Amino acid sequence: MAEIKKIATRDSYGNALVELANAGADDLIVLDADLAAATKTSIFRKQYPTRHFDCGIAEANMMDVAAGMSTFGYVPFVSTFAMFAAGRAFEQVRNTIGYPHLNVKIGATHGGLSVGEDGASHQCCEDFALMRAIPGMTVICPADDVEARAAVKAAYEMKGPVYMRFGRLALPVFHDEENYQFTIGKGETLTDGFDIAIIATGLMTGEALKAAVTLKKQGISARVINMPTIKPLDEELVIRAAKECLKVITVEEHSIIGGLGEAVCSVLSEKLPTPVRRIGVMDKFGHSGPAWEVLKDYGLSAENIIANVNDMLK
Amino acid sequence: MTKAEVLQLKLTAARVRMGIIEATHGAKCGHPGGSLSAADVFTYLYFKEMRVNTEDPQDPNRDRFVLSKGHTAPGLYATLAERGFFPVADLPTLRHSDSYLQGHPNMNTVPGVDMSTGSLGQGVSAAVGMALAAKLQGSDVNVYTLLGDGEIEEGQCWEAFMFASHYKLENLCVMIDVNGLQIDGPTKEVMNSEPLDQKMDAFGFNTIVCNGNSVTELEQAFMLFHRAQGSGQPTCFLLHTTKGLGVSFMEKNVDWHGKAPNDAEYEQAIGELKADYAELEKEAQR
Repeated sequence: MAEIKKIATRDSYGNALVELANAGADDLIVLDADLAAATKTSIFRKQYPTRHFDCGIAEANMMDVAAGMSTFGYVPFVSTFAMFAAGRAFEQVRNTIGYPHLNVKIGATHGGLSVGEDGASHQCCEDFALMRAIPGMTVICPADDVEARAAVKAAYEMKGPVYMRFGRLALPVFHDEENYQFTIGKGETLTDGFDIAIIATGLMTGEALKAAVTLKKQGISARVINMPTIKPLDEELVIRAAKECLKVITVEEHSIIGGLGEAVCSVLSEKLPTPVRRIGVMDKFGHSGPAWEVLKDYGLSAENIIANVNDMLK
Repeated sequence: MTKAEVLQLKLTAARVRMGIIEATHGAKCGHPGGSLSAADVFTYLYFKEMRVNTEDPQDPNRDRFVLSKGHTAPGLYATLAERGFFPVADLPTLRHSDSYLQGHPNMNTVPGVDMSTGSLGQGVSAAVGMALAAKLQGSDVNVYTLLGDGEIEEGQCWEAFMFASHYKLENLCVMIDVNGLQIDGPTKEVMNSEPLDQKMDAFGFNTIVCNGNSVTELEQAFMLFHRAQGSGQPTCFLLHTTKGLGVSFMEKNVDWHGKAPNDAEYEQAIGELKADYAELEKEAQR
């Protein structure tokens, strides 16, 4: 069997910006805060140096500069780590991008625990919660390279603010580029199943798929749903899964507070009360270590998904 | 500028001041003090300096103004109304729940407002982004932004100043309304930012200190801004002003930073402003 290609979604981000510009997106510009090498906007800078603006280590100013530029018809992609985009510059995003509903795209890399060795100060597990709470904000967290590049293009095509979370870790590419259609606000069913639904986002989608393979061997058919858009949530898909599977597990590299899990719970509690278990960071800060070790420590692994499925189906 | 032109601007500024009182009285809250201190620069901008289009407020070739000290929306609204962007009669609906005149500037509801502001320190960054965008497009659009002297305590302002200088935004005019007062007291006591001229110089600005309540000094300052085109330097005006100017009991009184006049105070304020207006009219007829 051929080796599965692995790419970090932050690389996908940098590449997609170039692909867009190559395809004639002349209004696309990129802003970064001294992290171009890490956010991978350096890929864009190399090709389009006059359309890449370093703002220095000043994220608050950068967000509002992007807001100002957007009023002149530019489509700014603003890039920094998730911690600084959603965290440090929250109020700038809320008041000067969100409130006037400006056409600014936030490319936040290094989201979640998988930042690894840098530790808790840089492991942002609150960004979905913060960004979801802003009226009119679209929140996207792609699961692999194909999806990430498609998401960047979809974000460019739509009018209005978008927050995109990308990761540092190289992830297996499981989508087929030829056939994959990405639509903002739509999830996708990856495996059929009727015993339980596993709704995952970002790098946890890969773990959910791994879990489903093992569960199948145990005679459990799990429906794995990939949910790249956290907001607006694909409510129809969630409700159908709950109706047909009766039990739901959510998995995300984010705090169990305010993320995908809570979004799913909100929909189901109001429209179709269903038992839901949330797998995520259990209201704790992260710690340093190799990414996959840290993820495992916090239960963000196929093994823990399997354990929870078995427990729920007991 | 001829003497007649100066008088016309003074008359307009006096009407803007009346609009500020009408608006804050109608709202029963709001910020008259810093609106009045900036009434002369608002007037100068919209009646003399800026290229605007009341027929098409979104005209891409218009100059941009960002009210970074967004709480002085009554001053901006009174000026925009006077300029013809919307009816002066709407000013007393300020802050009402069915009014488009939001408590702080909203670019999506108020014709003529170029950026939604209110959270201090953010408007100046948006203005800097606009100036960079105009430069990239090779347009001759100028970008003006007004900050409070208390506002510059926000660290973000200095991020924006660094950026303006780094990207040589000579089409940017940063104006700081130095009225010397903020909510908790005199700016020098709350958080001293002096010597502000030296700081702005050190940040790479073409710094001009002038009386922000004087039409002729404003004329001189804007001339120096235009003269700096081609220098690669952004311009900064330090506008020395009197908070509450035009209404005797509001002048230099920090209590009027964020308080509306009651009915009796309204009558007195409007009476004083009308008397000033009549004097100016007499002078104009001479």
